[in-house]
Amino acid sequence: MSMLFQKAGILTTVQDLGRQRFRRFGINPSGAMDRTAVRLINTLLGNDAGEAVLEMHFPAPQIIFEANAVAAIGGADFAPTLDGQRLENWRPFIVKKGSVLKFTGKITGNRAYLALKGGFKTDEWLGSASTNLAVGIGGFKGHKLEHGDSIPIKAKVKSKKAKADYRISNSLIPHYSRFPTVRILPGAEFEFLSERGREMLLHQDFTISTNSNRMGFRLTGEPITLAEPCESISSAVDFGTIQLLPDGQLIVLMADHQTAGGYPRIGHVITRDLPLMAQLGANDKVAFHLVKTADAENLALEFEREVNLLKVAVRLKTDF
Amino acid sequence: MDERPVRIFPLGNSALTVEFGNVINEDINRRAIALAEYLEQNRFPGFVESVPAYASTTIFYDLATVRSHFPEFETAFAAVEQIARNAGPKSNPSSTAEIRIIEIPVHFDFENEFDLAFVAETKGLGIEDVVEIFTSKTYLVFMLGFLPGFAYMGEVDDRIAMPRKETPRISVPKGSVGIAGKQTGVYSLESPGGWQIIGRTETEMFTPNAESPSLLQPGDRVRFVAVK
Repeated sequence: MSMLFQKAGILTTVQDLGRQRFRRFGINPSGAMDRTAVRLINTLLGNDAGEAVLEMHFPAPQIIFEANAVAAIGGADFAPTLDGQRLENWRPFIVKKGSVLKFTGKITGNRAYLALKGGFKTDEWLGSASTNLAVGIGGFKGHKLEHGDSIPIKAKVKSKKAKADYRISNSLIPHYSRFPTVRILPGAEFEFLSERGREMLLHQDFTISTNSNRMGFRLTGEPITLAEPCESISSAVDFGTIQLLPDGQLIVLMADHQTAGGYPRIGHVITRDLPLMAQLGANDKVAFHLVKTADAENLALEFEREVNLLKVAVRLKTDF
Repeated sequence: MDERPVRIFPLGNSALTVEFGNVINEDINRRAIALAEYLEQNRFPGFVESVPAYASTTIFYDLATVRSHFPEFETAFAAVEQIARNAGPKSNPSSTAEIRIIEIPVHFDFENEFDLAFVAETKGLGIEDVVEIFTSKTYLVFMLGFLPGFAYMGEVDDRIAMPRKETPRISVPKGSVGIAGKQTGVYSLESPGGWQIIGRTETEMFTPNAESPSLLQPGDRVRFVAVK
C-alpha cells in the first residue's frame, strides 16, 4: 500500500513544518520552503497542519498509487494530471488504486506539495519528518526520492464513498508572482546602512541568482552600502533573514539555513510573505517593502484566523 | 547583577535577540547561556526555544500563542521583550553549576594535505610547537552552529591564531580540527569550509539518534589530546 516513484523528479523530499527546539545544538530546522501551502493542503484534507508532505521541484516525479487515497496539491502549479485528467491545485482529489500522477509543465512557482489524507509513513527525527539532507536523516531514509522508491501510505480509503467537490478560497491562497513585492522588517544592522544603502534596499528589483537553493537565495542588484563597516560575531539567524555580504549583495536565508551567522542582518521577510519568496526561482525578481513589527504580527494572525476557519469548514464538509 | 545595557531587537516576527555585547568574552557568553537555560527551564506560553550564541541569546516564540496570553501588550515582541528583561536578573550564571570537561583525542600526524605545516610556517614555528601550543589549553564551548554538533570554541593562543582560508575548501572531512582566528572547532560532518585544518579526530561530535545528539554543549570545556 504505497506510492511508487516511477520517476523521482529533480529534487523531491519529505518535509513538514520543520524541526524546532534543537537549534542550540546546531541542528537546523529544515522543513518545507512554502509552509503556507503545506498548512493549507493539510488542513483541506483534515490532517494536522504539520503532517509530512512531499516537496517537489520541476521536473517533478511520476507516481503510481498502489492503494486508494485522497490527496491534494498546492504551492507551485506543475500542471498535474491523474490518469491523464488535469487536476486543479488546492482541491482534494480521489485516487483509485493503480492511478498514475504526473506533472506535465511548469505553470507558476517552483515548489509544489503533495499531501495525502492521513499522511504517509516517514522517518521521524527529533519530532519532525523533515529531511535533513546534510545529516542524511529524516523524511524518506534521509535522502531525496530516487527512481523505484516507494513510500507507504498510512490511511485506508474506501474510494466508492469518497467525494471532494470543494477547494480553498482564493483569499487564502498566497498571491504568487515571478516579481513579488515582499514585506520585510528591519534587521539589527539596518540602522548601519548608509542613506544610499537604504535607498538601494527598498527601491530596486533584485534578481534571484542561479546560485540559490534551499539554504538560501542569492540576490543580485546594485550593491548596498553600510555607513561604516560593522563587525558582527555569530548569533542566531532564521528562515527569512536577509544578510548583507561583504560585496554589497544580499542573501535571503531559506528553509535549510544554518542556525547561526555573522553577516549584518539588514532585514527579515515577514512570515506572511515567506511563501512569495519561497516560490521564486532563478532569474525571478523581488522588491522589498518595509513594515513595522505590529503589521507583520497582525498579518500573520490574520492568516491564522483564516486557517482556523478553513479547519472548521473542512470538518463540516468532509465525508471521505 | 551586571547592569551593562543589553540590546533587544526583533529577529523577524517570531523571534528576538537579547544582545549582551559584541565581543567574544567568557563572562558575556556565560550570561547568554544562563538566560537561554533559564528560559528553557521556565517556559512562557508560546515559548519555542532559546538559542545562545557568543554574546547573545535568541528567543523563538509562537506569536499567536504569545498574543493570546499577553493581550495587554500591543505586540508579541513587546511581551517577550518584557519577559526577557524580567528573566535577566533571575538568570545569573551560577558558580556552582557543574562544568563538564571533555577530552578529544586528535591525530596531528596525517600527510600534509591540510594546513598544519602551513600554519607552522606562517607563524614561524615548528609543527611540534603548533601541536604543543594548541593542546596545552582548555577551550570553552561558546556556542553551537554552522553544522549540527559543531562547537565554536576558544580562545586559541595568539601564537597560532590564523584567519580563515581565502578560498574555502569544497569539502572538509568529518572529524577535521580547525582554527579560524582565535576560534577552534571540529567538523562534525563532512562540509564545505574555510577553517585552517590542523588535525583530525575519530571522536563522534554528532550522533543523530543519541538522546543528546551533540557531544558538546554551550559552556562545556574541551581539552585536545595529541594521539601518539
